[in-house]
Amino acid sequence: MATPTARQARRGFPIIRGYYWLMIGLLYLPIAILFVFSVNANTTLTFPLKGFTLGWYARVVSTPALLHAIGNSLIVAVASSLAATILGSMLAVVLSRFEFRGRGALTGLAMLPLIVPYVVLAVALLILFRAAGISLSLMTVSIAHVVVALPYTTLIVLARLIGFDRQLEDASMDLGASYLATIRLVILPIAAPAIVSAWLTAFTVSFDEFALALFLAGRDPTFPVYLYGQLRFAQTLPILIATAVLLMAATLGLLVIAETIRRR
Amino acid sequence: MFLIAPVVLMATVSFRADLSGDLLAPFSPTLKQYQQAFAGEGYWRLLGISALTAFGVAAIATIAAYPVAYFLAFRAGRRAALYLILLLVPFWTSYLLRVMAWKLMLGSEGVVNSVLIAAGVIQAPLDALLYNRGAVIVTLIYVWIPFAALPILAGLGRIDVRLHEAAADLYAGPYDQFRRVTLPLSLPGVVAAFFMVFIPTVGEYVTPLLVGGTGGTMYGNIIQDFFTRAANWPIGAALSVIMLTATLALVIVGLRLVDPRRLLAR
Repeated sequence: MATPTARQARRGFPIIRGYYWLMIGLLYLPIAILFVFSVNANTTLTFPLKGFTLGWYARVVSTPALLHAIGNSLIVAVASSLAATILGSMLAVVLSRFEFRGRGALTGLAMLPLIVPYVVLAVALLILFRAAGISLSLMTVSIAHVVVALPYTTLIVLARLIGFDRQLEDASMDLGASYLATIRLVILPIAAPAIVSAWLTAFTVSFDEFALALFLAGRDPTFPVYLYGQLRFAQTLPILIATAVLLMAATLGLLVIAETIRRR
Repeated sequence: MFLIAPVVLMATVSFRADLSGDLLAPFSPTLKQYQQAFAGEGYWRLLGISALTAFGVAAIATIAAYPVAYFLAFRAGRRAALYLILLLVPFWTSYLLRVMAWKLMLGSEGVVNSVLIAAGVIQAPLDALLYNRGAVIVTLIYVWIPFAALPILAGLGRIDVRLHEAAADLYAGPYDQFRRVTLPLSLPGVVAAFFMVFIPTVGEYVTPLLVGGTGGTMYGNIIQDFFTRAANWPIGAALSVIMLTATLALVIVGLRLVDPRRLLAR
């Protein structure tokens, strides 16, 4: 017998492929059920099903409060993801390109929001805003979302910058480029794919975020807060589920685009 | 800035006697809230239950995610990227709606009951499926499995395939290979996955709110309650400080077990 190859070594556990598909099945089952109810003609979300309809999807566009909430979520997501991406990218450049005292501490600080429970962050911000006399608005939600998205954006850009040769910058400076020009002509193009995927990550984190928004949104709800408020009313549920299916498709589209850009 | 300042301020509020007047005005600190929080047996019990729940959820989600990550790392071949996206799509769908979906699964007229009745296993729907701690745990495990697979996958991806070949050369069967080579080398990823699920789960208040009913309350719910309905911010702040301290302590223990930088480096 020849030397065992990698292929042979991998032959064990044929069951594992089956397990993967079982898990996928379990993960998609509840989502499939949501989808089924979004095209089911009955108001109540119970079996047996009553027949096929696209009426719920039509009513999505004729519910102004719903559209307004989605608009709010878009505003918050765009604003917070832009801020988090810019701050995160700057932080990543500083962390990957400069040696300075307290670098470890700064890295830790940037990652800290990952380990603070959302409910704690939410009440802490709530107290801060009240103390500062800032009334709750989409602005306060956005600030909270910048805080939670910052570790993600920083890590994504950082991972990309660490993988590249620092001598590229030295070469650029040797050739007479100022540091700003080096950032613009060398670092930015290198980091661009990561920056885009960082931005999209921050966007999706913000768009779906509920635990912070519930505390900080005030009277003008984002989509998850609106959704939560409506969960009590059985007759609007299919509309909300239809909305969620649409948003799911849109999110998926965005992420596929992000992945395609990142892989370039 | 927006993290440290509010946390410090929250800590100060937890020492205030009441909320009258300006929040920034000087005040005489009191330990009343902490006495109340420490004396209240219910709070400790709930913190313990929340930690246990999070522990169970994190452990089960990590174990359930391990074979998935293993498949993606070693068996999926060229389609690995596609399979990974397939796994992550549920994670990118509305969190509230995924929790809602479990309400539809477990409710008295939900999927599980309908299937069981149709199969003749039971005659009347089981009400005990929803609005309890079990429902919270099942839902949270479901929510976190895709996420838990990511750090494990990162850990497995770093294992040199030649080590498997070496093990095979030394006549290790598939089981021995896994037990003595793959598993030990993947442990940092496993520990990371555990903590990445554990931390958000301890502070969870949304899922218990939706599927937990009165029996499934967690520590996050009483904090939320003190800031909304009960409107007693100082004690809510004190409970938040306790929770934050407990979480940070656990994370420090976790960081000693596994160095996160080892997962990032290639």
